[in-house]
Amino acid sequence: MVLPRPVEGVLTECRQVSAEGSVMVWAIEISPLPPGFRETSLRLIRAAGLVVVFVVLGGRMASPAEQDHFGIPQVKFINEQISSSWTDAGLKPSEAATDGEWCRRVYLDVIGRIPSLEEVRAYVADSSSTKRPDLVDRLLGDEFVDDYARNWTDVWSTVLIGRDVGNEMVSRPGMRQYLRRSFSKNIPYDRFMEELVTATGANANRKDADGFNGAVNFLIGTLAEDGVQATAKTAQIFLGLQVQCTQCHNHPFNKGKQNQFWELNAFFRQARALRRFNGSRDIQWIELVDEDFPGEGGNAEEAELYYELRNGLMKVAYPVFVDGTEISRSGYVPRTLESGENIGAHRRRELASLIKASPLMAKAIVNRMWGHFLGYGFTRPADDLGEHNPPSHPELLDGLSERFRQQSFDLKELIRWIVLSRPYALSSKATKGNHRDDPALGEQPKFTHFYLRQMRAEELYESLLTATEADQTRGSEDAAKKKDQWLSQFITTFGTDEGDDATAFNGSIPQVLMMFNGDLIKQATNTGKGGFLDRVANAKMKNAGKITTLYQAALARNPSAKEVAAANELLVARKGDASGALQDIWWAVLNSNEFIINH
Amino acid sequence: MSIMVDLPNGMNRRHFISHLMGAAALAVPAAAFTTTLLANATDLKKRHKSAILLWMGGGPSTMDIWDLKPGAPTGGPFKQIATSADGIAICEHMPLMAKQMHQMSIVRSMSTREADHMRGRYAMHTGYVPNPNVEHPGYGSVVAHELAAQVADLEIPPFVSVGSGSVGPGFLGMTWAPFQVDSNGNVRNLDTGIDPSRLEQRLKMLSTIENKFIDEKRGGSAEDHRKVLDKTVKLMTSKQMSAFQVMQESKEAQEKYGTTGFGRGCLLARRLVEAGVPFIEVDFGGWDMHADIFPALADRKLPELDRAMSALVSDLADRGLLDDTAIIWMGEFSRTPTINGGGGRDHWARSWSVVVGGAGFKRGVVVGETSSDGKEVATEPYTSQDVMASLLKSLDISLETTFTAKNGRPMKIANSGKVIKELFT
Repeated sequence: MVLPRPVEGVLTECRQVSAEGSVMVWAIEISPLPPGFRETSLRLIRAAGLVVVFVVLGGRMASPAEQDHFGIPQVKFINEQISSSWTDAGLKPSEAATDGEWCRRVYLDVIGRIPSLEEVRAYVADSSSTKRPDLVDRLLGDEFVDDYARNWTDVWSTVLIGRDVGNEMVSRPGMRQYLRRSFSKNIPYDRFMEELVTATGANANRKDADGFNGAVNFLIGTLAEDGVQATAKTAQIFLGLQVQCTQCHNHPFNKGKQNQFWELNAFFRQARALRRFNGSRDIQWIELVDEDFPGEGGNAEEAELYYELRNGLMKVAYPVFVDGTEISRSGYVPRTLESGENIGAHRRRELASLIKASPLMAKAIVNRMWGHFLGYGFTRPADDLGEHNPPSHPELLDGLSERFRQQSFDLKELIRWIVLSRPYALSSKATKGNHRDDPALGEQPKFTHFYLRQMRAEELYESLLTATEADQTRGSEDAAKKKDQWLSQFITTFGTDEGDDATAFNGSIPQVLMMFNGDLIKQATNTGKGGFLDRVANAKMKNAGKITTLYQAALARNPSAKEVAAANELLVARKGDASGALQDIWWAVLNSNEFIINH
Repeated sequence: MSIMVDLPNGMNRRHFISHLMGAAALAVPAAAFTTTLLANATDLKKRHKSAILLWMGGGPSTMDIWDLKPGAPTGGPFKQIATSADGIAICEHMPLMAKQMHQMSIVRSMSTREADHMRGRYAMHTGYVPNPNVEHPGYGSVVAHELAAQVADLEIPPFVSVGSGSVGPGFLGMTWAPFQVDSNGNVRNLDTGIDPSRLEQRLKMLSTIENKFIDEKRGGSAEDHRKVLDKTVKLMTSKQMSAFQVMQESKEAQEKYGTTGFGRGCLLARRLVEAGVPFIEVDFGGWDMHADIFPALADRKLPELDRAMSALVSDLADRGLLDDTAIIWMGEFSRTPTINGGGGRDHWARSWSVVVGGAGFKRGVVVGETSSDGKEVATEPYTSQDVMASLLKSLDISLETTFTAKNGRPMKIANSGKVIKELFT
């Protein structure tokens, strides 16, 4: 059944007009009219073989205050919470971002690239009062599903397996294939978590490998040494708990205890990564399976593990979830004995159910998503929700998490609420009333203005392709591999077993050199026939119009008078070679702080 | 005021003027400056201090390299050998370093708290434990920041990181970020492919856009971007970039350091010291040996380390650079004295060693000791901030220096670490 998303408003009239066969028609009146609704709007619901048509007959238009949240109660909740924190802190929000700024931002954050020239022009020209929710509907809808899946595949590959391409246990194409499918289908977040935590099967999609399941790549490279990394990563990503230090000792300043680490670790002890060889010595693929865990004492009915305290004493641990819930101690994978008796417990599946039931799961993802869109999560780092690290907006975090749960963990709805909220729509220009709200200075964020952040390397790459209208088959595995190759120049690994890595794509000199002289920028600024610059140069318009076109394509705004003057100087310097001058201007625009910083 | 001064030997006018400018930037009264200048006139050119951090990513087992416990149940199979320093014995798989130990000193009483890679890496690079609200600057950024004025004509970055990203500049800002190159000294994308006058015109256009965005007061990263642009332009046009061309070294020199990643990295470090770069970090990862540690050390890691490190020490000494160049060898932590079931050692921070030498450090001494099984420090324990404070002292950087973090909080250099007194005479 497809239900329209809930709208806020009072149903002032509702009557059945006709019923013929399986089609019913109802006339309704809603005040205020929700976004996208006007008189004579039709809404269809199909359910149980019936088609119900609602005809909107009337209702008053939404007032400005109501437009502020576009009739979406969750957006209203965010706005109220955030404004009351402004009042409490004695801060005043910045004015709203311009249409061009907002449009650029929402494209970047939702689908991982800037809007194309046509897209930004169409948005700015749209005079409808519902242009924002309309654009968000489109970005989250079928039209952009490939872009959307590509972007969130990039984001989640980094979260789940890092950027290091050197780990031979992990198949990046396999991981990506799983993620692309998940985000194309917008599978609910709880199921997403469950599929990753409980996955079994082959990690790579080879023609001779049975049972390919790309989701196994999340855990498959982390099971060495009794799954210490699997434990730490699962807790960090899906529960917002940083437990890696409690592996060796009770944590000095958060409440994490060493036993909790090993009790959580016990859930991963049935998981095994098996290397599959095929005729030669080369690994063909790796398979993640669950096998009986006999326990370190050899009694699978009471399958325990031992860990060492700092004073050298050994202690025993069985699977116990972070909230204290115990599961069966049996290490057997579930089966029915000849006697008909059922024995065993599937430890990772038990873990997934416990994570699903835990309030921490929703909080962790809401905090992560908020940080993705607003630049800072409610805690820093966004994946540490431990008691030692209180959030900046506890009620908002809790309330939003609860609403996300009620919405069946629908990630697209969560995105809609955040990007339509008031803090997301504010200008990044700080004012006298809020310049002290600067999380870069170590303050807790108050979201009184939009915080600058540099594009991720993947976003820059895709944005350059968009700005130059490069003909690319986006989202294909070949395109992804090409991007990987380009990204690898920025990636450093730290030479540890845990595969820690970092990116030098952070405003460093090598990054500027790449933007000055790299192949990608050479390609973007080439003046070859039929290319973007060539088309602009030969378009039937004045030079001023051509300069404006370049600005709109890259920065979603028009040039200032000073910038036009500077551009004209280049036209003079190139002695009438308009194409060469446009190349210089384009190079400068793409190299600017304004281009690479999401603002 | 006009004072006639003879130019120090080997110093051209441009070099001299840039020293003057560097000093002017510090607002040292001209008269005071001239006095100092005259006092040091003969060796001003040579006397720039530098430091080289040999970073052993992953956590090397120091009780198998610098502090052996032969015969102890925790001791492992390696024997120790005598060295050129009286009373100092090290691992048998470090024969070349054994001949250089009179130039170096070992601190065997390190005791730190962070045994997680990323936390340990941060703590050993900054002297602070990770804190969500402040990003502390690493060694390289601090030393570069303090010593940059002494090489005011330096056009290449004052902090070069070979083979790894090191730790960032924290609140000191992107100007002091590590400049990362691979061990062959390759710097990508240096060639613009257009003539300089056109580049200049493009840069003028670019700065119009940059400045507009900065003036709109949207946040610090807009301004940071411009600063890094400026440094990049300087570097692209600099002759000093030839310092990175490590492959120009003779075959013998390359052989001496070893034709390995770490070998070339150390050779590159020496070239950069000669060019005046205040801080170079050379990364040598892969010490995270949870299984089969002894063959991995004996066959792979130690020979590569031994050759490169000994070549670096002796080469710097032969060229008269060691007295002004501090060397520091360490990882984020060490490895458990207890050997695990897989023949490996796990993470261990409670008792371990670092090795230092050059610049103002006392040489050929051992500081502190560990218990007979290596599990405890038996003497006064030293921490990350103590090592940092000692390095700064060896470079004559004042330990009274205080930074102001972005949140306005004062931050004492090296987190108020105490100097390891046995390392100084």
